[in-house]
Amino acid sequence: MSTTAGTTASPTGLADPDELDLRLPVSYLADGHSVRSWLLTTDHKRIAILYAITITVFFFIGGAAATLVRLELATPEADVLRADTYNKLFTLHGVVMVWFFLIPSIPNTLGNFLVPLMIGARDVAYPKLNLISWYLNLGGGLLAVAALLAGGVDTGWTFYVPYSTVFSNTWVSLTVLGVFTTGFSSIATGVNFIGTVHLLRAPGMTWFRLPLFVWAMYTTSLMFVLATPVLAVTLLLVFAERTFGLPIFDPARGGDPILFQHLFWFYSHPAVYIMVLPAMGVVSELITCFSRRKVFGYTFMVYALVAIAVIGFFTWGHHMFTSGMSPYAALVFSFLSFIVAVPSAIKVFNWTGTLYRGQVGFESPMLYALGFVGLFTLGGLTGLFLASIPVDVHVQDTYFVVAHFHYIMVGASVSAYFGGLHFWWPKITGRTYPETWARFAAILMFFGFNLTFFPQFIAGYLGMPRRYHVYPPEFQIWNVLSSAGAAVLAAAYLMPLGYLTWSLLFGERAGNNPWDASGLEWRTSSPPPRRNFFGSPRVQGGPYNYHPEGVAPVHDQPRLPSRGSLT
Amino acid sequence: MVGRLMPESASLQAVLTDRIFIGLTIASALILALVVGLLLVFAIRFRRGSKADRHPLPEIVSREFEIGWTAATIFLFVFIFWWAASAEIGAYSVPPNAIEIHVVAKQWMWKVQGSNGAREINELHVPVNAPVKLIMTSQDVIHSFFVPAFRLKRDVLPDQQTEAWFQATKTGTFHLLCTEYCGTDHARMLGRVIVMEPEAYARWLSAQPEGDDLAHQGERLFSERGCAGCHAPGSAVHAPSLAGIWERPVPLEGGRFATADAAYLRDSILQPGRDVVAGYAPVMPSYAGLLDDGEIQAITAYIRALGSEPGVVRALGTPDLRSNVPGGVRERSPAMVPGAPVLDQPGPGVRP
Amino acid sequence: MSRVEIEARLREPWSELETDPGTAFARQRDGATLGIWIFLASEVLFFGALFLTYTAARLAHPEAFAAAGRETNIVYGTLNTAILLTSSLTMAVASQAAETGLFRRLTLRCLAATAALGLAFLVVKGFEYREDIEKHLVPGAHFALDRGPAQIFFAFYWLVTVVHAIHLSIGIVLVVRLTVKGWRDPDILAENPQVEVTALYWHLVDLVWVFLYPMLYLPGRSG
Repeated sequence: MSTTAGTTASPTGLADPDELDLRLPVSYLADGHSVRSWLLTTDHKRIAILYAITITVFFFIGGAAATLVRLELATPEADVLRADTYNKLFTLHGVVMVWFFLIPSIPNTLGNFLVPLMIGARDVAYPKLNLISWYLNLGGGLLAVAALLAGGVDTGWTFYVPYSTVFSNTWVSLTVLGVFTTGFSSIATGVNFIGTVHLLRAPGMTWFRLPLFVWAMYTTSLMFVLATPVLAVTLLLVFAERTFGLPIFDPARGGDPILFQHLFWFYSHPAVYIMVLPAMGVVSELITCFSRRKVFGYTFMVYALVAIAVIGFFTWGHHMFTSGMSPYAALVFSFLSFIVAVPSAIKVFNWTGTLYRGQVGFESPMLYALGFVGLFTLGGLTGLFLASIPVDVHVQDTYFVVAHFHYIMVGASVSAYFGGLHFWWPKITGRTYPETWARFAAILMFFGFNLTFFPQFIAGYLGMPRRYHVYPPEFQIWNVLSSAGAAVLAAAYLMPLGYLTWSLLFGERAGNNPWDASGLEWRTSSPPPRRNFFGSPRVQGGPYNYHPEGVAPVHDQPRLPSRGSLT
Repeated sequence: MVGRLMPESASLQAVLTDRIFIGLTIASALILALVVGLLLVFAIRFRRGSKADRHPLPEIVSREFEIGWTAATIFLFVFIFWWAASAEIGAYSVPPNAIEIHVVAKQWMWKVQGSNGAREINELHVPVNAPVKLIMTSQDVIHSFFVPAFRLKRDVLPDQQTEAWFQATKTGTFHLLCTEYCGTDHARMLGRVIVMEPEAYARWLSAQPEGDDLAHQGERLFSERGCAGCHAPGSAVHAPSLAGIWERPVPLEGGRFATADAAYLRDSILQPGRDVVAGYAPVMPSYAGLLDDGEIQAITAYIRALGSEPGVVRALGTPDLRSNVPGGVRERSPAMVPGAPVLDQPGPGVRP
Repeated sequence: MSRVEIEARLREPWSELETDPGTAFARQRDGATLGIWIFLASEVLFFGALFLTYTAARLAHPEAFAAAGRETNIVYGTLNTAILLTSSLTMAVASQAAETGLFRRLTLRCLAATAALGLAFLVVKGFEYREDIEKHLVPGAHFALDRGPAQIFFAFYWLVTVVHAIHLSIGIVLVVRLTVKGWRDPDILAENPQVEVTALYWHLVDLVWVFLYPMLYLPGRSG
């Protein structure tokens, strides 16, 4: 073993990565080539790939809808789309992006691939359930796409009653059924990760030696398991009211549409954290690796994740300040919404602190990670505006809210997803990608994103409501900027599709540990074999052993590439 | 041309909201500058291979940093919460002399009627510097009444009433927008709020076509639709008199009390069997489907016009007013709980 | 159990733990019970949200709910409660018997009884549904009661009893599956974590009914 930082990490009982290639490992990709070997696989890595394929398809379906929406909004008049078409498109965008891209994105692709590898396990605890979860997700997605092909849905992704139950004449039931089905996929994934982390950690892998990504997946799983069933019930009630005429929320018969909103947001607010906690986990891994430094305040980072997951369950009411809830309830929800921002702030400071006295490199995953921290900070800070009741009353249901949640869910989560995808791409596929292109895409994505969504904050505070296809002309300047940004963003999102496909076909073979990263997933071959490891992993130290205790990180990696070798 | 960065500010609430908004913007800009600045400085200074000093920090320092910035963040956030919340509480009570305006929203229009009888569609004329109270309901789906220049927004719910108030401080014409997605023409559910000098407003009012004010319409409906057949004094049917009950406690079956406000009257008209006045048989038929929202509002205005003096209140004595909620009945808005009667004695039989 | 037996029963990924088969088998068992407990936590939130919806509607319309509650058939409801509670008893006995691995015949009989009681519940429920339909207790144009909110009660009644019946049907399938397996190979149920997992699920379905009984059959009948 060399004495460089990454490989002095805890002795693990694994074979030396250098010798692995000599043993001719059969990678999980080569372990059967038939369609059947993919569609009936119980290998967590193959299921991750299946998920990656479906979410990529859904990402571009949702993205196409967003492109049309932004195109229409370039002028104040309805010149591209009719009102109904526009309403169906933003609904499609929301439904597909939230449930079929964002929620499964990091947990089901990177999470599925990495959680067992990171804790030194051979697979997840319930491999068959894992496969079933993919089929549920796919089935739900197909139902939603069927609704789209049949004529679309126009309720918005929030399905507010009584519009969705009594007034809409579109394919609400089918869509609701699709989302309901995919909810079980989330629950199955949550059960799987919790079971895996509890029972399959390698000897020596104690709770406080878990990488932060695993902690993030664990806390996300708790939210999957406890929040998703409430969504299931809510959608079931909408479905029953529409299809069988069971009037739970019908105001004409004494039902309360506000109750629907409470139930819906009891799921959908935690769902925001379901989208952003995994992103935080990814970014923690990236920043520590490319700073060559232990993550600053590991235990605080863990407690912050847990705190967000717990408090996140009690802030849903801030979506309803204008719905007419008791002012006392509003105060409680406002207070809790401020408090839930504290652990997020801790994480931002700790990521920044990790850079201090590190050896900071600017490879493409790190660019995504740094972009994440900036966008997440802005998204989080504007969350404070929405937690302040008088300001929220003004900006509720305007573009200010739209901009805020896109900063969190797209700026932050999608950046982290791309960062993680690039970081683990050599491990997942065994190939390198063109680094220059990747850096260019990362930078373009950052600027395109800000150009798209920052003007929306201003338009929102000026009073432009969301879900308008025509709007008063004084808002046009901000919409033109936003639509221009969307064009840039669309180009930036298409680039990885191109060069990553190129990498699959023509990329050079990546080494087993091209980033010289710590972590068990890098102590096996790229791509890993079906059973993940050669030998039995044993863990004797904490994560992120980039430099020995009490010694400064050094820039001394003769064997390992610092930059450029991945191109 | 880059337009204005702040919306026009034309109400008391707008000043308050803007103050918090600007405070938050400054605080956020500082925090963002700090985070991004530190990120850039650290990333550049400690770039790979630079000559910067990299001696390790003692563990105790990082711990103190953690506790320090956690405490600072909590302090800052709680301060902002306190600031915003106190502004919100202060602005909650409706001034007692507010002009009352009834708003009925439907796909995709705003119907507005002042208690003085002026009716408008998609327009709302109000005098400047006078408090205006909106009493709103919807005939179909959820809408939301939004006037950006007033920083005013309140959802309008079907079969429930919500309230909001504002005091315009500038004359002019302002956008009225619907901000709760309500179907195909959501984006065209627009209106104008026209704020006028008091004299101009008085001229405008007098120029309106001669129409009954709400209470007179209500009086006419009261006899036309047969309410008077039972509820008029001297009727042969044993039914409670409606004179002098407005906002008075009404004794119900089972020893409970309800306050005879708009929500209670509405419920009693649509679901008469629910909260029957003590000592009367539940004989009244439901008027659901027979009276529309506007007509119910008119009848309510009529009953209100009959006054709050206890004329023929059944002599069970005035109940002790007990409440866990600060503020008297009048000070609190029923909008605290949408559509609910303000009830000082919580009990079953009334919507929460 | 012999080492060979244990190894035959180990599944992925537990079979690949680097421990002796006994420990691995214990871990596999833990995995099964932990998994079902997490799933049950999810189910609790599912039914919890339904009960919350009911509670909110009932607080808003107590008289209508009392009037509607008087229309349900308390005889069928009570009978079904007794049936389901008894089935939980037989399920618990089956689970305990399987755990010791000694009372194979008892395990099998109790499982069969559980499945039979579950089916009996569904049959009774079917008769009750028929009566409800005849009495026009289905929300809609021909609803029997004149109060609007009473329709909410019956909307909830139909929805929640059907969802419960679906859960119960899944439970019956699981129990029948175990019974058939145990009947073919008497050794298979001994120390098999599937028995405990099925039992935990069965008890949850029973517990949900324990809440549903007072919610659906007792309003308007007390005092």
